Amino acid sequence: MPGHHIVVGGGLAGLTTAMKLAEQGEKVDLFSIVPVKRSHSVCAQGGINGAVNTKGEGDSPMIHFDDTIYGGDFLADQPPVKGMCEAAPGIIYLFDRMGVMFNRTPEGLLDFRRFGGTKHHRTAFAGATTGQQLLYALDEQVRRYEAAGLVRKFEAWEMLSYIQDESGDCKGICAIDNRSMEIRAFPGDTVMIATGGPGLIYGRSTQSLVNTGSAASACFQQGAIYANGEFIQVHPTAVPGEDKNRLISESIRGEGGRVWTYKDGKPWYFLEEMYPAYGNLVPRDIATRAIHKVVYEMGLGVEGQPLVFLDVSHIDPAVLNAKVAGVLEIYEKFVGQDPRKVPMKIFPAMHYSMGGLWVDFKQQTNIKGLFASGECEYQYHGANRLGANSLLSCIYAGMVSAPVMTDYAKAHPNGGNERIGEQEVVRQRESFDKIFKMSGRENVFAIWRELGDIMTENVTVVRYNDKLKATDAKILELKERWGNIGLNDRGKWANTEALFVRHLWNMLELARPITLGALNRNESRGAHYKPEFPERDDANFLKTTMAQWSSDGPRFSWAPVDVSLIKPRPRRYDVEKSATMKAA
Amino acid sequence: MVLKIKRQDDPNSSAYWEEFEIPYKAHHNVVSMLMEIRQNPVTRGGKAVSPPVFHANCLEEVCGACTMVINGRVRQACSTIASELPNPTTIEPMTKFPVIRDLWVDREKMFDNLKKVHSWIPIDGSYDLGPGPRLDSDTQQFAYLFSRCMTCGCCVEACPQVNSHSKFMGPAVMGQVYLMSQHPTGKMHEDERIEAVMGDGGVADCGNAQNCVEVCPKNIPLTTAIGWVGRKASVKWLRDLFTK
Repeated sequence: MPGHHIVVGGGLAGLTTAMKLAEQGEKVDLFSIVPVKRSHSVCAQGGINGAVNTKGEGDSPMIHFDDTIYGGDFLADQPPVKGMCEAAPGIIYLFDRMGVMFNRTPEGLLDFRRFGGTKHHRTAFAGATTGQQLLYALDEQVRRYEAAGLVRKFEAWEMLSYIQDESGDCKGICAIDNRSMEIRAFPGDTVMIATGGPGLIYGRSTQSLVNTGSAASACFQQGAIYANGEFIQVHPTAVPGEDKNRLISESIRGEGGRVWTYKDGKPWYFLEEMYPAYGNLVPRDIATRAIHKVVYEMGLGVEGQPLVFLDVSHIDPAVLNAKVAGVLEIYEKFVGQDPRKVPMKIFPAMHYSMGGLWVDFKQQTNIKGLFASGECEYQYHGANRLGANSLLSCIYAGMVSAPVMTDYAKAHPNGGNERIGEQEVVRQRESFDKIFKMSGRENVFAIWRELGDIMTENVTVVRYNDKLKATDAKILELKERWGNIGLNDRGKWANTEALFVRHLWNMLELARPITLGALNRNESRGAHYKPEFPERDDANFLKTTMAQWSSDGPRFSWAPVDVSLIKPRPRRYDVEKSATMKAA
Repeated sequence: MVLKIKRQDDPNSSAYWEEFEIPYKAHHNVVSMLMEIRQNPVTRGGKAVSPPVFHANCLEEVCGACTMVINGRVRQACSTIASELPNPTTIEPMTKFPVIRDLWVDREKMFDNLKKVHSWIPIDGSYDLGPGPRLDSDTQQFAYLFSRCMTCGCCVEACPQVNSHSKFMGPAVMGQVYLMSQHPTGKMHEDERIEAVMGDGGVADCGNAQNCVEVCPKNIPLTTAIGWVGRKASVKWLRDLFTK
């Protein structure tokens, strides 16, 4: 008898898992707040990494592995990262077979571009909408299994919690229909959480509106460990906006874009000067801190604003149109200027969480039967993610987990117990009944803005312990005020405000392990930078932060990092990597 | 800035209009204005109301979620910038799809159509079978235009042939039928997709109004695809006549 699996999230990680499970003949119930084709994976622009080595550069999965570990400042457990880099060329070939319109060389082979943190052309791309194209290819394959009756989609449904049996193991989920507000239990042999990042905790980020981290937070509150939450990637190049900060992809620099500002009346290409070995293609944390320094410490922002230039006006427009049109269009549409002619004005923005639900090498959380893949888990990127590794990690994690989930379902069948979630449904209904009765003076969206503002100010590029403490105090204050929210919408049909009240609570709960994780880590590593502790401290902090929820706040412990394959060495981008290897 | 918003409490109730006023900011877009309204949902007349419900996600015009009819034209709300808008501005839900609530509509029939036409490459399996087929860059560049279709439904909304008396699947799905044939493996299975657009609601229902290419936010050459699909369907019809 086939196993019955719940996949929550319809982005790259969720759809890969669903496709792989269905391919094995397993039954899948797929849940997504938005129709899966509208998932946040569409926003990934630049590409997907794989050392296919078609440019005569001597690239290999082992060099990709080393770049990833080094780029992540040695915080990632190494064996799964090695597995991912080895699988990468095969994954790119698979998506080519599935119909992704990757850019081609004159010989009709896949073309590759350069991305940050590497010296190799390793990034396959479909124009500047690679994430969208990969997602659509998966959407099509999953639709094929849907037509064959193996996948059932529950779109406009969102997960509220997972269902626990007597031993605390996961046996399905409890979910709410965003239209009818009906709450139901969905029993299953396993559950995959593939719900993406927590960008909305920062108010305006480069992430999509569904990315509240709510599902991961719900699991955390029920007992799943949240790891390395403090590692938040701030992307160096985004366009600040009222509703979100729109990403300008790293592919722009991969195709020759240069970052500069005026100094003494002349253009100053500061990344090229500070980091001669990598220039504009330093990793994101390095570029972000450089821009931060130029703007705030040196006072050299464009027109006195927190902005610097990202310039492609020297590149042939035909090349730009063939390779990065999608990115330039975003700038044109939202700013109203043509970046082929005038330099873009950009500033760093919260982009990605390296941290997430703790999982083992088979993607299983500390809760039996509960799996996690994609940005919502912590496994592949250490202290800083390299560009074009996120699409890869989502797909690879889905591929690793599906066979494990199948085996788990065989070994631990649910036994057709359809009543198992009844108590959980009662608990969730009660919690929504309370939300519907909220009649205080606070507006849910205004509290959310306050959370976003303080997180962006204090828990992004530069971190100080006193400000982190103040941020946690503010989060506690906002939790208090959450209780005084008044609902403007009393309807019982498609009440998106009531749904957001619950999302906000989950954001507040998840903001704490992020903030306190940063407070605890008195060193600087990858995206986590403390001027009071400017050096990496392997003796004390080469370890994974593990947060467990309790009613008195998150409890922290630390786990060793598996560095069995590559010995940690200092991370520098002003010199070639070979120089750091000699030094180590 | 005054926004006149067409509202509807649920699929079965009737629509009504409400007006809201917010401070003008040049960099606002329609989604960020709706977000501002929900922080203080009070009409121009001073009545406290429920915040208008809308569907939006990426806010970069790549997911298609926030498609609405703004000043009579169907487009994505996120990329509709305040500085381009007249004052007052009207915001309505799409009309060719059932309203769920306010500005949020149900476009599931578009995804069902993709199912009907087998819009996928039928690979043998997702295991590692080596590199895919080679493809020339010109074919890739033209096919890529169609691969950017986000199933937003602008073309369906603007098409006069999509109405309550017709079953026409609309232009977007024809673009995908064309796209699948540009891939060497997809080409092998072209016949089953052409078959699927030969019946009721298929390509023959296109009235050549060409509104679809006018409104497509990604400038997808949909009429080229429809013409191609139409010719393939005619050839297949003739071939079937003599061989079946």
